[in-house]
Amino acid sequence: METELKNTPTTAAETQSMADNTGEQTMGGKAVPEVKMQAEDLNLWYGDTQALHSINLEMYAREVTALIGPSGCGKSTFLRCLNRMNDLIPQVRLEGRVSLDGEDIYDHSVDVVQLRTFVGMVFQKPNPFPKSIYENIAYAPRLHGTGTSRSELDDLVESSLKRAGLWNEVADRLDTPGTELSGGQQQRLCIARAIAVNPEVILMDEPASALDPLATATVEELIHELKDNYTIVIVTHNLQQAARVAGYTAFFHMGKVVEYNDTDTLFTNPREQRTEDYITGRFG
Amino acid sequence: MQRRLTGSASDPRIRARYRRETRFKAYTVTALFVAFAIIVAFFADIISQGYTAFWRTEIQVTLDYNERAERIGRFAINEDLREIVSRGAVRGIPLEIRNNPELAGTTHERWVPVYSRIDQYFKGKEALPPELEQQVLQLKEAGVIRSTFNWAFFTAGDSKLPELAGIFSAAVGSIFVLFVTLMFAFPIGVLSAIYLEEFAPDNKLTQAIEVNINNLAAVPSIIFGLLGLAVFINTFGVPRSSALVGGLTLGLMTLPIIIISTRAALRAVPDPIRLGAFAMGCSRWQVVRDHVLPLSLPGILTGTIIGLAQAMGETAPLIIVGMIAYIPEAPSSIFESATVLPAQVFTWASEPRKAFMEKTAAGIIVLLAILLTLNATAVLLRRKFERRW
Ligand SMILES: Nc1ncnc2c1ncn2[C@@H]1O[C@H](COP(=O)(O)OP(=O)(O)OP(=O)(O)O)[C@@H](O)[C@H]1O
Ligand SMILES: [Mg+2]
Repeated sequence: METELKNTPTTAAETQSMADNTGEQTMGGKAVPEVKMQAEDLNLWYGDTQALHSINLEMYAREVTALIGPSGCGKSTFLRCLNRMNDLIPQVRLEGRVSLDGEDIYDHSVDVVQLRTFVGMVFQKPNPFPKSIYENIAYAPRLHGTGTSRSELDDLVESSLKRAGLWNEVADRLDTPGTELSGGQQQRLCIARAIAVNPEVILMDEPASALDPLATATVEELIHELKDNYTIVIVTHNLQQAARVAGYTAFFHMGKVVEYNDTDTLFTNPREQRTEDYITGRFG
Repeated sequence: MQRRLTGSASDPRIRARYRRETRFKAYTVTALFVAFAIIVAFFADIISQGYTAFWRTEIQVTLDYNERAERIGRFAINEDLREIVSRGAVRGIPLEIRNNPELAGTTHERWVPVYSRIDQYFKGKEALPPELEQQVLQLKEAGVIRSTFNWAFFTAGDSKLPELAGIFSAAVGSIFVLFVTLMFAFPIGVLSAIYLEEFAPDNKLTQAIEVNINNLAAVPSIIFGLLGLAVFINTFGVPRSSALVGGLTLGLMTLPIIIISTRAALRAVPDPIRLGAFAMGCSRWQVVRDHVLPLSLPGILTGTIIGLAQAMGETAPLIIVGMIAYIPEAPSSIFESATVLPAQVFTWASEPRKAFMEKTAAGIIVLLAILLTLNATAVLLRRKFERRW
């Protein structure tokens, strides 16, 4: 387990079985969910301004964790810490620990490129590559050598599109550019693209905020289905959405996690006044 | 009903406003007209001066490969035509006979070019002494003088005889020079731009480099000639006047243009595409190779073509590295002495003989045609592949 990130990617079956082995333990009769990713005392600075203040957060395997909070509170920043996309931003400084299955992802021996095949990401604005639908999905597996033969790739493209619920809509035009799809379809293509790499965690930064209500509903449904196989962390401004899709919700405010609980409790019975103010729309 | 929207025409302030508007518009239209008129006048002048160079006057003569012609070609022509036939047309006869002794003693009917003076006379550009004029007019009557398309202008090199001078050697020189420029400036320019745009940290050093590159693009081209002379010829011993030194010198000049346009093309690729690729686990090089470069290639090529077009029309730096030279034979390698099209135009323009005037203008026409083609290619390329995100 400890060397997982440094090795070549494992197959779906292997990772699945590994996950099963470490499976859910029971503690005092109550099921304690398995921790997939964990942030411990995480601080982050953009230059001199601190954007995250000692964040402690556990994200559970095969659960959807929603990050909510007012604009600028550091949700996206935190999300980017989980697959080290912040590395791309100059002047970012980070302290603390983020782990995937207990392994520190900021350890100097970790290969960032490898990490990102375990932790995929879907962005706010759909950003398919300006290539064909097929290429959008086949690109990364081919690059990482997980799919090599044409038939292997064909299968992968089909299964990824099916999982993303897009197969029926695009099966007959896989060679048209991904950029020619509708916004909602593009976003599902991006999700399919992320799935094709066979990640264990999928990060989503407001994945539905650029979509109309119908497309949003489709994407939400998809997230709901994906949760059976993947650990999902989603940033959203839409509280109903968080309530609908997430098992756990963290409320961020000014770079701190104010409250973190299972979604039902957080929405119906918040501990903190600030959380209550936020979810009842008294500030935002 | 009170009408509030009409009747303002009588308001003096509004009328004054309309007047000013009309006057300003008139200024702008006039400016455009002047600019356009200058361009039209320029093209009309060049074309009217130069088009005659694409035609030449020929005379049908009997070439007699007699004994005297074995030593001096002029003796192959009838005595009274020696003033009319171009010296260059018969110059090669002794060599011809030496290479093929069977020719000795034979005669041949041939169309050969006439003296430039007579050519110019038929083009209405120069007068002839009355006697000679009489003679050529009679020959014309007899049908042994004709005007044909001047293929030689495109297939021959420079010559001291205007009726034989062509642009071929200069064109070959230009191609060699541009080839060297491209080979030198394109890889270095594109790679530098990729480094600056995709890899380099944004710090004082890279900012300084950026400012310097932008300034480099504004340096007068003759300075690059001095640099080329000092570096390539004096330090590295590259042969003077060669296409190699010319191409390298122009490469120095084209480099900033390619860097700047490549950076612009790279910057036009939206960041979400890069982020998307990074999030898929691409390394930086894979992001550049698979996503950024394919999308920016048309822009890069456009910039390169524009840079090359600019290099192609450049003369000043080439004068300094010795590329203004009399080159009758096209060079066969980049190490031989060569000249380029604009330098050829320059050489002809400084010829005192009137017959070179039309050559100058024709050279300019060819140069302009090539430059327009290059620029049109660049524009088409940009149009065709222009993307909006
Ligand atoms: N690249 C950056 N450079 C400097 N500061 C940044 C950068 N990105 C974000 N910040 C700052 O960090 C803080 C948190 O930003 P972040 O984008 O994480 O907020 P957010 O919660 O995602 O907001 P939103 O809901 O509007 O997306 C903000 O104050 C922002 O100005
Ligand atoms: Mg955000």
